[in-house]
Amino acid sequence: MKLNSIEIRIETTAMDALMVRLFDAIDEANMAWVIAADQALRKAFDAALIDLVPSYTTLLVHYDCQQLTHSEAIQLIHKALSGLTPVDTQAGELHDIPVWYDESVGPELPLVAKRAGLSVKELIEQHCNHDYCVFALGFAPGYGFMGLVDEALATPRLKTPRRKVAAGSVGIADRQTAIYPLLSPGGWNILGRTNVPLFEHAKRGEPLFRPGDKVRFRAISRAEFEADGGDTTPMEERP
Amino acid sequence: MSQIATHQTQKGMVVKQAGPLALIQDVGRFGVGHLGVTQGGAADWIAFRWANWLLGNALNSAALEIVMGGGLSFETEHEVRLALTGADLDAHLDGKPLAPNVSFKLLPGQRLVFRQPRHGLRAYLAFPGGLNAPEVLGSRACTAREQIGGLHEDGKPLKVGDRLTWKGTAPALRRIPEGQGPLMPTSGCRLPIVLGSQIASFNGRALFQAFNHPWKVDNRADRMGVRLTGPALHGSLTGIISEGIPLGAVQVPPDGQPIVLMNDRQTIGGYPRLGALTPMACATLSQCLPGTEVWLTPVSASQAQEDYRKQLTVWC
Repeated sequence: MKLNSIEIRIETTAMDALMVRLFDAIDEANMAWVIAADQALRKAFDAALIDLVPSYTTLLVHYDCQQLTHSEAIQLIHKALSGLTPVDTQAGELHDIPVWYDESVGPELPLVAKRAGLSVKELIEQHCNHDYCVFALGFAPGYGFMGLVDEALATPRLKTPRRKVAAGSVGIADRQTAIYPLLSPGGWNILGRTNVPLFEHAKRGEPLFRPGDKVRFRAISRAEFEADGGDTTPMEERP
Repeated sequence: MSQIATHQTQKGMVVKQAGPLALIQDVGRFGVGHLGVTQGGAADWIAFRWANWLLGNALNSAALEIVMGGGLSFETEHEVRLALTGADLDAHLDGKPLAPNVSFKLLPGQRLVFRQPRHGLRAYLAFPGGLNAPEVLGSRACTAREQIGGLHEDGKPLKVGDRLTWKGTAPALRRIPEGQGPLMPTSGCRLPIVLGSQIASFNGRALFQAFNHPWKVDNRADRMGVRLTGPALHGSLTGIISEGIPLGAVQVPPDGQPIVLMNDRQTIGGYPRLGALTPMACATLSQCLPGTEVWLTPVSASQAQEDYRKQLTVWC
């Protein structure tokens, strides 16, 4: 189903921030609208924009209240988004992400496989057999929330989050999948590790993944991972 | 890397003992939320600006945010004029007490030490022309969780042996006009909050209690968030689809105890919110020691903006 127009709601969320609400549920089809709204708002606010944070169904507009009053900012959003049309989602990039799936760096491989009633090998095939949509960036620099993972693979977050999840860890939480860009605490079920430098890209202001992009994981061997400079230190041995 | 190497050979001010937390900060990192990069920056932005103002610096110049004190001490390798504002951390210069909100001269051989919080929590120490530190995404703010910023580009706080260097040589000699300097909060202080759209999801009892009951600043408080304890607030929402989080957002997780999200907050999150503290209220809260009682007092966005613009005029 393709929507021709959507209902746009503008809500006060802070002294100098407004929430633009486009949808009420997570859907890949949202992204074409969210990206279109992102582009329109950046253009309309220009130098009066301090930050614009798109997410699954919303965009947070943080504007400069020395340049605009609250009601002027609301008017500007209305104007910028009137007659909004979705972008062409085919325009998003498709990323090929090599992952070394192994229990030493992906301790939840057996757990997720067991819940899904699959062998570890089948689980890996399933995780690789889908182009995941990047819904939002957040949590950490360059961290992309992607989905939707096949219903059978959906696994709730760990009851007790790990204090240290290695950089490059690829995980699943419910129906989402993601890569940890840097060593951080986290509660996702970890299946493997990649060596793509998400953090370095974000630090340069050029994120590897952008909302609306597609990501496909590809299983590689330990030898290939090592040849690429990957860190094979097992998860639980991290100091 | 070569830039850092130069800093380490230049003369400067050396950390002789590290306290619990001293970070290089400026006004923060903006226009980067869409990358998942947090805002960072001085938590008490008012005291921070006064520190730079005292030396005639650009108001966003990098300075030190010193939390608690805890024995943090410095010696300088050449004479320098510094400005100290914000919390009274029982600072001493060669054994003599040094009250905040002044600029002062530090001579080689003298020792500057920060002992413990007497009033407020965060002190700001500004340097002529601002501190030298690597700039990442347009800011020198140091964010530990993201491993961004700091002398060694790892987001880590100051440690023994670190050498701070600065850009300027001839600071201004200014005094804060009587009655205008940064005030440290006292128990029972008011924190203006702009109510947000999810306010309607809280039940009537929760809404009454949120604004008619004192909240206690918990010891689970850092640059990411400050937890408040009091009556449990409940409503029809326990979680929402993750959306952008503004500075000062007061989110309420399922246990009903609000968390105010501060400078180093995550960029998106999925708990319902009462609204967001104003930037001035965030500055106040950042100076509250655990146990301080605070009141959430609703204010309109336009009134809050008026108060904010008025505050900005004091440095013009």
